[in-house]
Amino acid sequence: MTDKTQAAPELEQIEFEAIDRSSFLMKGVLAAGATYGAFAAGPLLRKAFAQGGGSEGDIEILNFALTLEYLETAFYEEAGKEAKLSSDVAALAKTFGEQEAEHVAGLTQAIEDLGGKPVEAPKVDFGDAFSSEDTFLQTAITFEDLGVSAYNGAGPAISSKDLLATAGAIVQVEGRHAAAVRNAAGEPAAPDAFDPTLTVDEVTKAVQPFLAG
Amino acid sequence: MTVPTNPDRNAIARAARDPFSRRKFLVLTGGTGAAGAFLAACGDDEDDDSTTGSETSTDMETSSDPLADFGEGDVGILNYALTLEYLEAGFYAAVADSGLFKGADLELVKTIGGHEQEHVDALLATLDKLGEKPAPEPKAEFPLDDAMTVLTTAAEVENLGAAAYLGQAAAIEDEEILAAALAIHSVEARHAALLNTLIGEDPTPDGAFAVPADAQMVLDSVQPFLKA
Repeated sequence: MTDKTQAAPELEQIEFEAIDRSSFLMKGVLAAGATYGAFAAGPLLRKAFAQGGGSEGDIEILNFALTLEYLETAFYEEAGKEAKLSSDVAALAKTFGEQEAEHVAGLTQAIEDLGGKPVEAPKVDFGDAFSSEDTFLQTAITFEDLGVSAYNGAGPAISSKDLLATAGAIVQVEGRHAAAVRNAAGEPAAPDAFDPTLTVDEVTKAVQPFLAG
Repeated sequence: MTVPTNPDRNAIARAARDPFSRRKFLVLTGGTGAAGAFLAACGDDEDDDSTTGSETSTDMETSSDPLADFGEGDVGILNYALTLEYLEAGFYAAVADSGLFKGADLELVKTIGGHEQEHVDALLATLDKLGEKPAPEPKAEFPLDDAMTVLTTAAEVENLGAAAYLGQAAAIEDEEILAAALAIHSVEARHAALLNTLIGEDPTPDGAFAVPADAQMVLDSVQPFLKA
């Protein structure tokens, strides 16, 4: 716990109200919903963030997203310097990295507009992600799929309709990135009819390996 | 490693590089070769509306809401989404039957079409759960002249679908329906990015922030596919 606190101060600063301790994937719920006649997933998704919601809750969500976007931006930046990539993949990495940086700028602005304090960029460690094009692509898939599931999970908890629309505009691009890097790796661009939704706890756990102590 | 197309999708890659079939398609569809062109074309109508309606704010309320034809609130959005998903599923089913694709290419068509059918099923199930009458499946016809025509149409439809979901996200009231819509929206985005890549277009044509489409624009855009 103390290790994690030091490793990921940005994430630990953010207090989340746990939704459900068990691993909750929207995919399964949707599958069940389709089978039993409803999208209705039950109350599990409600209020993943600040209990009161409102702008305080939105600031928490935006800072959560900002940390992820910082990670993605750093990942593509380092890849551009360290990974030996074919020209097509290098072009994707450059474009996607620039778009993640735009997400960072947009989220930072939105947090400040709400009177919040944007989190700092996390210290990162991508291990051997840049040792080959394949490891780069596999790590990129991890990040982009994670981004999709994180935004989709947080979306219903966003209070402001404007911010929800912005988060939607971002998550669509994360989904497009995910499809493109998956296709580049020879993997299915859309592995399922419904993208899985991850809780904050699950996302936080998933990014731990990439946060430097 | 071959990028952007998979090695096993050579037929699609060849089709994507065939300028003749691409040009042919553009002629067939009146030059609306991409969702962006739809946006531009529909923008004219919007400008007209906003010009005539800019004098009074009440014009906003009296102007017809195309979603209202589908039902009230979330039900209207669900039925609107259902109509679009019916179109997508019907399109891919027709493509799969067309004989234009074989092997891995056909599998891809079936996979994407299968996703759209799952979206249809989930939306139908939700409307049923809510005790609401689902919108009827629209009668549609799609250009199936050649592989490139199909892929370009698919890319248009997927980009439009993603923009359509994005355009409704903030209007959805029920959290679970919103969660489900988001889970579908990002899959439409994946389809759109893949198809864009396969036809040699940018997987992120709007840049870092995707652009939403309102219902009127979307319905106008699919009009050419609907049979009277």
